Amino acid sequence: MHTINEIQKEIIEDFAMFEDWIQKYEYLIDLGRELAPIDQKYKISENLIKGCQSRVWLHAEYAEGKIIYTADSDAIMTKGIVAILINVLSGQNPSEIATAKLDFINEIGLKEQLSPTRANGLVSMIKQMKLYAIAFSKQQ
Amino acid sequence: MLDVSKIRSQFPILSRKVNGQNLVYFDNGATTQKPQIVIDAESKYYANQNSNVHRGVHFLSGLATDKFEESRSTIQNFIGAKHKHEIIFTKGTTDSINLVASGFKTFLNKGDEIIISEQEHHSNIVPWQICCEQSGSNLKVIPILDNGEMDMDFFYNLLSENTKLVAVSHISNALGTINNVEKIIEKSHSVGAKVLIDGAQAASHISLNMQKLDADFYCFSAHKMFGPTGVGILYGKEDILNALPPYQSGGEMIKEVSFSGTTYADLPHKFEAGTPNISGVVAFKSAIDFISNLEVNKIAKYEEELLQYATSELLKIEGIRIYGTSKKKSAIISFNLEGLHPYDIGMIVDKMGIAIRTGHHCAQPIMERFNIPGTVRISLAVYNTKEEIDLCINAIKKAKIMLS
Repeated sequence: MHTINEIQKEIIEDFAMFEDWIQKYEYLIDLGRELAPIDQKYKISENLIKGCQSRVWLHAEYAEGKIIYTADSDAIMTKGIVAILINVLSGQNPSEIATAKLDFINEIGLKEQLSPTRANGLVSMIKQMKLYAIAFSKQQ
Repeated sequence: MLDVSKIRSQFPILSRKVNGQNLVYFDNGATTQKPQIVIDAESKYYANQNSNVHRGVHFLSGLATDKFEESRSTIQNFIGAKHKHEIIFTKGTTDSINLVASGFKTFLNKGDEIIISEQEHHSNIVPWQICCEQSGSNLKVIPILDNGEMDMDFFYNLLSENTKLVAVSHISNALGTINNVEKIIEKSHSVGAKVLIDGAQAASHISLNMQKLDADFYCFSAHKMFGPTGVGILYGKEDILNALPPYQSGGEMIKEVSFSGTTYADLPHKFEAGTPNISGVVAFKSAIDFISNLEVNKIAKYEEELLQYATSELLKIEGIRIYGTSKKKSAIISFNLEGLHPYDIGMIVDKMGIAIRTGHHCAQPIMERFNIPGTVRISLAVYNTKEEIDLCINAIKKAKIMLS
């Protein structure tokens, strides 16, 4: 298992290969399509992270010192970004997730995706992922 | 015929690039761009005329007051109001509606009814919900038909002697439907109800005459008609405005203040507490002049042409569904592509320099009505062109390919 920083580094390298926004967006769309499906029973309003435009469902499970996140979104681009976040944070231990600095978001030019004006719920998504981590770290 | 390239040249922002592409601005329903004369009027005000209004005896105060009141007269003429003091400056349409809702609740008793429609923007829903909650009256809703028109028969059945106010939009911001407000006003008045029209989407697209229309209140925003943000208009008939209690209190709106009691100023100042957005109001006049020079009817005719063209081109895209297909429509087109989320489409076309709106357009009940999370919305203005529509359609097709 790679650390959060190692995975971030890989993602930054992946994105550095893209020549234009089309390639970047197509990659995000592919990631969205490939995201492991969330168990339908977790696709409930309690797990909904409300953004203004696209909906994101997030579920977290804690086992053997690690958090496994699963998620879904009704917009494929959002789902692609969600997939990257899961790639970085899922399977890590709670205290590392809680304190992780997600520098890759700026590095790969997704900062605009996270600005409040985009209102796609991703800021809330990261916050919710970290809140789960804080809650689970107290169980450790 | 309008000289559209000449019109475009008056809007500096239209020549900027977005994401390396020429900007195609199709989000006019949210706000329009500003012509140079409006930008100049605002800066000229601060460079040359700035002072507080209706207060000082000095030269600049008089000048600023003259400019401010000149704006009021221009708006009075533009909407055909009977009196100048029927024009109240507010922060925008939302503020205008809140002003009326806040005062109107004092006229209401338990069991009274306010009617709105399913088509309304949140700003013409929530103030009435609060108004009803605080006065013990009931809110009734006119449903909309599949084509985006109000169900008028349903409306006629809702009307009764309990109806005290009917508040509906002139043009739906999400669907573009031009509502038959003349009929709504006539029928409402026949049961003694007052009528408020939310004209935010109509004011620069439809020729207005308040005396003919006979609405009791009419609200609109400067920024949706080439003017500055933060300026709105509440038109109200003199006798109703006189009866309506003040909204906000403070300076300007008083006649005499003492601790034994305060008397309020006459219209329009009674509703204009505090220092207003003077520069915005002054520059709004330039926006109205801009519209008047082009003539509203000519603008409407050109926008209709754009609407027809954009609609027929969009309908060529497989899997498209347009929401709002009424015969009388403003140049607003809301649509979805089968299987695609509006947000994804908006994200991709943005990269191609196309500014369109995606989401629920602050009209969630309509989205619920059609059982959709939102739509992609194109809203056109007089400076848009068929070439821009082609660019937009190509961008949408490109998005469709990427997302399918």
